[in-house]
Amino acid sequence: MHGNLKRLLGVSLVALVGAITPAAAKTLVYCSEGSPENFTPSINTTGTSFDAARPLYDQLVMFERGSTKVGPGLAEKWAVSEDGLTLTFNLRKGVKFHSGVNNFKPTRDFNAEDVLWSFNRMWKADHPYAKVSGGKYDYFADMDMPKLLDSITKTDDYTIVMKLKEPNAPMIANLAMDFATIHSAEYAEFLTKAGKPEQMDQIPVGTGPFSFVTYQKDAVIRFKKNADYYGEKAVVDDLVYAITPDPTARYSKLKAGECHFAIAPRPADLAEMQKDPSLKVINQSGLNIAYWAFNTQKKPFDDKRVRQALNMAIDKQAIIRDVYLGAGQAAKNLVPPILWSYNDAVKDYAFDAEKAKALLKEAGVATPFEMDLWYMPVQRPYNPNAKRIAEMMQADLAKVGINAKLVTYEWGEYRKRAQQGEHMTAQLGWTGDNGDPDNFFFLRGCTGARAGGQNITKWCNKEYDDLLNQAKKLSDVAARTKIYEKMQLIEVEEAPDMKIAHSTVYEAMRKEVENYKQGPFGGHKFNGVDVK
Amino acid sequence: MSARTLANHMIKYLLTRIALTVPTFVALMFITFVAIRLVPGDPVEVRVGERGISPERLAEFRKDLGLDQPVWKQFLDYVWQLLHGDFGTSVVTNEKVLTEFFTLFPATVELSLAAMLFAVLLGVPAGATAAVKRGSWYDQTLMGISVTGFSMPIFWWGLLLIMLVAERLHWTPVSGRIDLIKYYFEPTTGFMLIDSILSGQKGAFRDAVHHLVLPMIVLGTVPLAVIARMTRSSMLEVLSEDYVRTARAKGLSPFRVIGLHALRNALIPVVTVIGLSVGSLMAGAVLTETIFSWPGVGKWLIEAIGRRDYPALQGGVMLVSAIVIFVNVFVDFLYGVINPRIRHGN
Repeated sequence: MHGNLKRLLGVSLVALVGAITPAAAKTLVYCSEGSPENFTPSINTTGTSFDAARPLYDQLVMFERGSTKVGPGLAEKWAVSEDGLTLTFNLRKGVKFHSGVNNFKPTRDFNAEDVLWSFNRMWKADHPYAKVSGGKYDYFADMDMPKLLDSITKTDDYTIVMKLKEPNAPMIANLAMDFATIHSAEYAEFLTKAGKPEQMDQIPVGTGPFSFVTYQKDAVIRFKKNADYYGEKAVVDDLVYAITPDPTARYSKLKAGECHFAIAPRPADLAEMQKDPSLKVINQSGLNIAYWAFNTQKKPFDDKRVRQALNMAIDKQAIIRDVYLGAGQAAKNLVPPILWSYNDAVKDYAFDAEKAKALLKEAGVATPFEMDLWYMPVQRPYNPNAKRIAEMMQADLAKVGINAKLVTYEWGEYRKRAQQGEHMTAQLGWTGDNGDPDNFFFLRGCTGARAGGQNITKWCNKEYDDLLNQAKKLSDVAARTKIYEKMQLIEVEEAPDMKIAHSTVYEAMRKEVENYKQGPFGGHKFNGVDVK
Repeated sequence: MSARTLANHMIKYLLTRIALTVPTFVALMFITFVAIRLVPGDPVEVRVGERGISPERLAEFRKDLGLDQPVWKQFLDYVWQLLHGDFGTSVVTNEKVLTEFFTLFPATVELSLAAMLFAVLLGVPAGATAAVKRGSWYDQTLMGISVTGFSMPIFWWGLLLIMLVAERLHWTPVSGRIDLIKYYFEPTTGFMLIDSILSGQKGAFRDAVHHLVLPMIVLGTVPLAVIARMTRSSMLEVLSEDYVRTARAKGLSPFRVIGLHALRNALIPVVTVIGLSVGSLMAGAVLTETIFSWPGVGKWLIEAIGRRDYPALQGGVMLVSAIVIFVNVFVDFLYGVINPRIRHGN
């Protein structure tokens, strides 16, 4: 009797739960391309890792979903002092860190301590977590933060003051980057006590729209909705990253409905995808540039007429058509047209072999002239096939009397040698980090022109460089735009390189996916996204 | 020979075989160590993007990873570390190599065992039948197919099956190990078939089997072709032996003659082939795992090469080869057990 009663109670309980459970939980499956290194963006360098951490975390200021515009994040508002040296952030109150992950239950809301903890980990060698998980903070170093920062302090629990050594307009955009993610100082303390500091980077706790559930290497990452999120909330209950490295398999899974969203479709599949009524394909001009750099410190490339001639000798449109398969647009400026300060008044060199020949002759280049043309051994987001481009260039160059020898090295070696300036001409490119034009123009600055620097044209133009430094110190966007427009004019005249293309980034999803906004940095954000 | 002497013989035989693997293992460790360092690029350079890295930071990175030391010193350090049971830490994820390996290894084992089972269960009867019906259209067709199977590019075969079986016919899922929307459970053993039963979730096991079918076929195709051919030729040889003729003359049923007397003896060389196939299964697993998003060690090793993750690569190669060597010793041992001639020879 007793047992029967229990059973009856059990059955009714199940029935009751069934009755009050709302409609089935909504799950969004994203076919991602690989496993993250871990879940702490500051120690990572790959887009795959940033993507895996993105649902979990916030920064002080954040890029608006689908835009390069910086808006409030964990800081509700911020102010830059007149001299540009002091940044004051007013922190948002009532923000909760995820509760229950790794048995951690936060006892307090987010506050200034968490900001200090997060920045000091990257900055101060004596921070208790500085050496955890390898302790290499690449982006913090690459964005020159140690050189720019003078101090970060809190004046109260909800105010952070950042002092800079020199004015730096791109700083706010830097702070919206993944590396500047804010972690929980209380969670760190909890893990230190448990003797498991490395879990800080493996079992993440953040303030983001989704909280962490589980990660199985090379298989799956699971997140669930953070109902307490202060910003644009998640619409789906569960977010699943199905790790699928092969692009053909991703496409098949998308078609079969095994995932709703797939990263990086193959250009060759795009036409078919666009015809499929069950799929949606969207695209956006990428925040990137592919270029062909001339080593201006080597003869005859020190003569701008030669560089201009090379610009005229190449049929750029043919490259866009045959290599980018239409998924790109011919570039005339270093910055892509989606970025503010793009100067559309710049006139690109027209493809004209005769004019190129004449110009070479005028510059005293005796033909046939032998030169090296380096191409990257790998595919990059801005360049689907550098070898094919090099071959097309080689054919074009032959027509103006230049015998180009194609050269390549292993990717790491290639970059290193090009940065040392060993090449005569070399292809390379850039993908923007933070939507600030300085993040592109610095590529042609004098600092980068030294041996080992990223300016592989080794072109150092004083006027250009002065303008670059001047613009960096101004916070007025209109004034900066004017300067950058001028710099683009100098650049096209001086032609330290030939701009090849800005690639177009495609994303494929099922028809059921709604309200997805493509981000200019190639990352993915799924809060606000619904599956019908 | 008494049971005791026999046991002694077997143990001696086994120990000799194990001792012989030590130089193989050391040579392998050295070759891997040097080879991965001869490949241009190192973990630091791979990590650095278009931005480049300052010489100071590069030096600091390399020092932290011990890459500033001469290779012989690095090697000795590694051996020392290994003697203490430490396989090192991945430079990419900062996880222990051993932990990473054994997290992923069950998936590879599950797939390889399934593929081998598929190959044996299909290959042996097919090969035996072909031998019995030698010269028939069945024999000709089967051997034709087996040549095709043997020379099949795994990548192409996998994608073809996905497109046909999963996409067109919807008979199986495209890739992965379980339906991620319907089922969620934490791995207990790492073997999806077992974990799905342990999870107690209805339909999970069936779904796991569904997911296993295509990768199993793809990985099992080459061994299947080899086993079918091997069984056939070995069977042909056995069928012409005197004892088979005697058995036939005694009036035993063809089933008993072929199934009991002939096949049992014909399988001896097939067992060796199965053992040797473990190596090629691991090689095939690399591609199969990539196509089917199968979280195994093959895919992991490929990524380690791409990222020049020396510790993961070195540790992974050594663990995989230790397993291949172990399986081969085991097969040799088994061979000794089932073939008295080898045993007595020793």
